[in-house]
Amino acid sequence: MDIQIKNRKLVTLVVCLIPLLWLFLDIAFGNLGSNPIQALHIRLGDWSLRFLCITLAVTPIQMMTRWRGMSDYRQMLGLYAFFYATLHLLAYLVVDNNLMWSIIGTDIIESPYIWFGVVAYLIVFALAITSPKWVMKSMGKSWKKLHRLIYVSSIAAIIHYFWQLKGNLAEPLLYSIIIFFLLLFRVLLWKTRHELKEMMIPKGYE
Amino acid sequence: MIKTQKKIPSSEITDFTAFKERRKFIKAMLATAASASIPSAWANNAKPNAWNLAKSDLSNTALTPTPIELVKNYTNYYEFTLNKEDSTKLAQNFITDPWSLEISGEVENPGSYHLEDILRQQTLEERIYRFRCVEGWSMVVPWVGFSLANLLKMAKPLSTAHFVKFTTIQQPETMPSQRNNVMLEWPYVEGLRIDEAMHPLTMLAVGMYGDILPKQNGAPLRLVVPWKYGFKSIKAIVKIELLKYSPLTTWNKAAPTEYGFYANVNPDVSHPRWSQNSERQLGSGFFTSRRQTELFNGYGEQVAELYRDMDLRHFF
Ligand code: HEM
Repeated sequence: MDIQIKNRKLVTLVVCLIPLLWLFLDIAFGNLGSNPIQALHIRLGDWSLRFLCITLAVTPIQMMTRWRGMSDYRQMLGLYAFFYATLHLLAYLVVDNNLMWSIIGTDIIESPYIWFGVVAYLIVFALAITSPKWVMKSMGKSWKKLHRLIYVSSIAAIIHYFWQLKGNLAEPLLYSIIIFFLLLFRVLLWKTRHELKEMMIPKGYE
Repeated sequence: MIKTQKKIPSSEITDFTAFKERRKFIKAMLATAASASIPSAWANNAKPNAWNLAKSDLSNTALTPTPIELVKNYTNYYEFTLNKEDSTKLAQNFITDPWSLEISGEVENPGSYHLEDILRQQTLEERIYRFRCVEGWSMVVPWVGFSLANLLKMAKPLSTAHFVKFTTIQQPETMPSQRNNVMLEWPYVEGLRIDEAMHPLTMLAVGMYGDILPKQNGAPLRLVVPWKYGFKSIKAIVKIELLKYSPLTTWNKAAPTEYGFYANVNPDVSHPRWSQNSERQLGSGFFTSRRQTELFNGYGEQVAELYRDMDLRHFF
């Protein structure tokens, strides 16, 4: 049983690396088109956002399917969102800008869409470094509060996506809709729980 | 003077095969154009070819042209698609034969002309220009064409002509975005001030890399204004009107806070959502820095005078 769970985790771990492997293959075979640097960078950003969505979807899916095992994977999926965001950031700094800090500095200051990327990243970063079990334990209640910021991060990432767009709005719209429903689910859940709680408190004890 | 034609649908009056021959016609023109050797930088970069084009003093011969495959497969052509790499395939059904150009408005000699007749009057030159897109990328393209001024002079602008309006063809059968009303108001419209239009750097291009223009790059006739962002360089032009007043251009109308009428390349005037300080030059390898964008895309010496005393932040 334990071994089975471990194996499953290992499989998940490897499956989540497929986008990266795929990217390497595309680089090796020159499949990234006329602007490969941008293509590489965009791919990593897209995967980071996808993993953010998948991570957020864990609880709703679990509740709807009553499949309890999924939350074991939430941490790993979240860390993958962080992983791809970090590669996205590194691609920007190193592959695209070759660490030319004067160009990078001006670019960030003058590009409002990047500010939202930075906000999204700082949050994901904070969540990643507080993700180990022992940190979670030592943080107590504040851990949960901090980790709710994943919603802020995903909204910032969506704004970041929309604002850099030059033409096609279809894709970010799709992600916005997904994140909207994931958020809506949480809000509804919170409301029903709240109401249930109120119902359970006997009259006179409010 | 250019031959004026009555406005009979050109398909009725001209032997269709003659149009089919345009490719050959332009090639022949390219071949007989005044001889000068192809810049060595380009010769090394593109497939070798035999044409000798008129050499232009306006060409940036020091620049190495971007590999042609990149230029052919990275085009913003919203009439076909919003995707820069899908336009290559989608544009292939576009009909460029027959093609006529209308010149009208504040001119002494308005008229509608076959492209072939226009080209007979012009000496084709090769000009290597840097092309900078408002999205933050650039490439170096050896265009083939002639100064717009040469054509306008033949039409004889009146003293009331202060602006020039350009219009792209409306061909919804082959242009999906026109058919489905996607994104912008069609047909695409661009404009220049008359002094910008008459500037020798401003050219009408019919070819690039020694061949006729690929469809996705704006065949058969496009504008190239090298000191302005690429969206000013309108493709597949069917109408040039000289006007008293400034025309309302497509992008300016769609997003006036983001895309101005002037759209001069300027590293110090950011787009509201992104910086214009640097650009990715297509063809540069991984781990090479973006290049610093130049004021007027490096053509300041020739064009800064046009904007003397103007606040470039206000007139962006
Ligand atoms: C969690 C953090 C982040 C996420 C989820 C994210 C996601 C994305 C996504 C989805 C795109 C659009 C890709 C597309 O067009 O399909 C994008 C573009 C971009 N991101 Fe991020 N991003 C993050 C952080 C950052 C940071 C920290 C920076 C830089 C400091 C950054 C810089 C950029 C740039 C420059 C682009 C534009 C790419 C281009 O069109 O050339 N991002 N990002």
